[in-house]
Amino acid sequence: MASVLELEEVCKEYPGHRAVDRVSLEIPKGAFFSLLGPSGCGKTTTLRLVAGFEQADSGEIRLNGAAIQHLKPYQRSVSTVFQNYALFPHLTVRGNVEFGLKHRPAEERERRAREAIEMVRLRGKEERRPAEISGGERQRVALARSLVVEPEVLLLDEPLAALDPSLRKQMRSELKDLQRRTGISFLFVTHDQEEALALSDRIGVMRDGRIEQTGTPEEIYLLPRTRFVAGFVGAMNWIGGAGVRPESLRVARGAAPSGARRAAAEVGAVSFLGNLVHVGARLEDGASVTAEVPRPDGAFRTGERITLWWTPADEVRFSDEG
Amino acid sequence: MNRLRAVFLLPSTLVLCVLVAAPLAIILSYSVLTRGAYGGVELPLSLESWLRLADPLYLGILARTVAMAAAVTALCLALGFPLALFLSRAGNRKNLYLHLVMLPFWTSFLVRTYAWMFLLRDTGLINTTLIWLGLIQEPLSLLYTPGAVLAGLVYGHLPFMVLPLYAALERMDRSLLEAAADLGAQPWESLARVVIPLASPGIRAGAVLVFIPCLGAYLTPDLLGGSKTVMAGNLIQNQFTHARDWPFGSAASLALMAVILVLLAVWVRREKEPLL
Repeated sequence: MASVLELEEVCKEYPGHRAVDRVSLEIPKGAFFSLLGPSGCGKTTTLRLVAGFEQADSGEIRLNGAAIQHLKPYQRSVSTVFQNYALFPHLTVRGNVEFGLKHRPAEERERRAREAIEMVRLRGKEERRPAEISGGERQRVALARSLVVEPEVLLLDEPLAALDPSLRKQMRSELKDLQRRTGISFLFVTHDQEEALALSDRIGVMRDGRIEQTGTPEEIYLLPRTRFVAGFVGAMNWIGGAGVRPESLRVARGAAPSGARRAAAEVGAVSFLGNLVHVGARLEDGASVTAEVPRPDGAFRTGERITLWWTPADEVRFSDEG
Repeated sequence: MNRLRAVFLLPSTLVLCVLVAAPLAIILSYSVLTRGAYGGVELPLSLESWLRLADPLYLGILARTVAMAAAVTALCLALGFPLALFLSRAGNRKNLYLHLVMLPFWTSFLVRTYAWMFLLRDTGLINTTLIWLGLIQEPLSLLYTPGAVLAGLVYGHLPFMVLPLYAALERMDRSLLEAAADLGAQPWESLARVVIPLASPGIRAGAVLVFIPCLGAYLTPDLLGGSKTVMAGNLIQNQFTHARDWPFGSAASLALMAVILVLLAVWVRREKEPLL
């Protein structure tokens, strides 16, 4: 598939620290691409370099094959959904959505703004100001305002972070739906691995200004290239140097099946999650692990001796151990 | 409850009565009395001072005063807006620059106006420099012109424009500018469509803070304008000093106040928002 956005060896340095360090990325046309990493890893700076709010020190940024790193933000056909939405407080919902269509004929402007407002289900709120609508609605205005200009790539900077958890889940599926319906490529910045896994076609995991790994959510989760990726994306138990996901750990009260790897442990905190039970346990060497098991027949008691087991295939291996 | 409210309102009511209502009442009563031979006022009651205000001479002075105040306000806005924009973007130098804006206030306004006289007079800094450079042979007459008054008033009132503008621009979220650029707005479009609308409370506050004191200004036109550029303030001042016509001075100052109130009322109605 053709790439809509390519970054090649892009660097950005601030006094005393390298925010973006030789980042190379390829975002396929129409893809939902997430940049995932802890705060301060350079993912937002990378986004701002693509938007043109910051200038890269070196490297090339290409949009549909053409270098854009020297263009001003208003010359780049990308559009940003800001973390704080950055809605114009003096304009109505309609005014905000129409902002980027200023140079279009009035008729087209009205039609496209109307369609965008309908798409994000804000009909009837066109004349409200940002201060008069809810956080979720502001988020939708920000999305409509950026989508209406039909950017080549929509840049989203932690757009769900400011929402409360229940709204966040709902907006997450709306976001995915919007992306599918518009066919616009999304570059989505987040520190929330669950969000990235649920939404993305591809994920780039960042750490200290570098891309640690790029791949599909399955590749990132099942075949992490480094310990950092393994630990950051999903929960990970470290048992004798091997990584085992909590859902791969089985708990036995008696002996483990032959051929399985095993470790003796003592039950710590147990939390009942409805469909699953989280069993916290302490290994003999003192390490804490978590097993996520289907509802057991009898409840585990704190202090109970158990055997944890898993198969060699469940162990997460690293293609380049760091 | 109401009694408690009355008790708490008493001090400010007293202050307003003594400092605002009483002086106004005195001025009003002066304006309908007859002038005394050596200043002061005498009976009988007379509306003569009020009728004299309709004289084209005085209406002309009033019109010139309003025009001058409007010009000063416009120039202060034109000069103050870029300055305030710069201040709001100055990062950690902000406080230094703000102090520089306010620095002139630390000396007397009179002294600063005299400094302008030294700059503008025939043997002043500007003329001697231009002659020395060979650009002119004869000194330009700069002092005692409307231009000199304009310059002096703009100089004196600029901070009153800059500070409210700065306060409005400082509050503005910088990501709004990024959003505007992101949506295809060139810098001048961002200015027109985002910055200026968001600064409008500051623009209005600054305009009022400059326009009203300018209407009543008398020191600057007196020193820099001489006798050729009489503004309403000079007219009023003169009635209480050389002309010894207190009733007319009182009527003129009340008339000026009425003009200010009418202009403000029109403006407030148009904006539908509190001014300050």
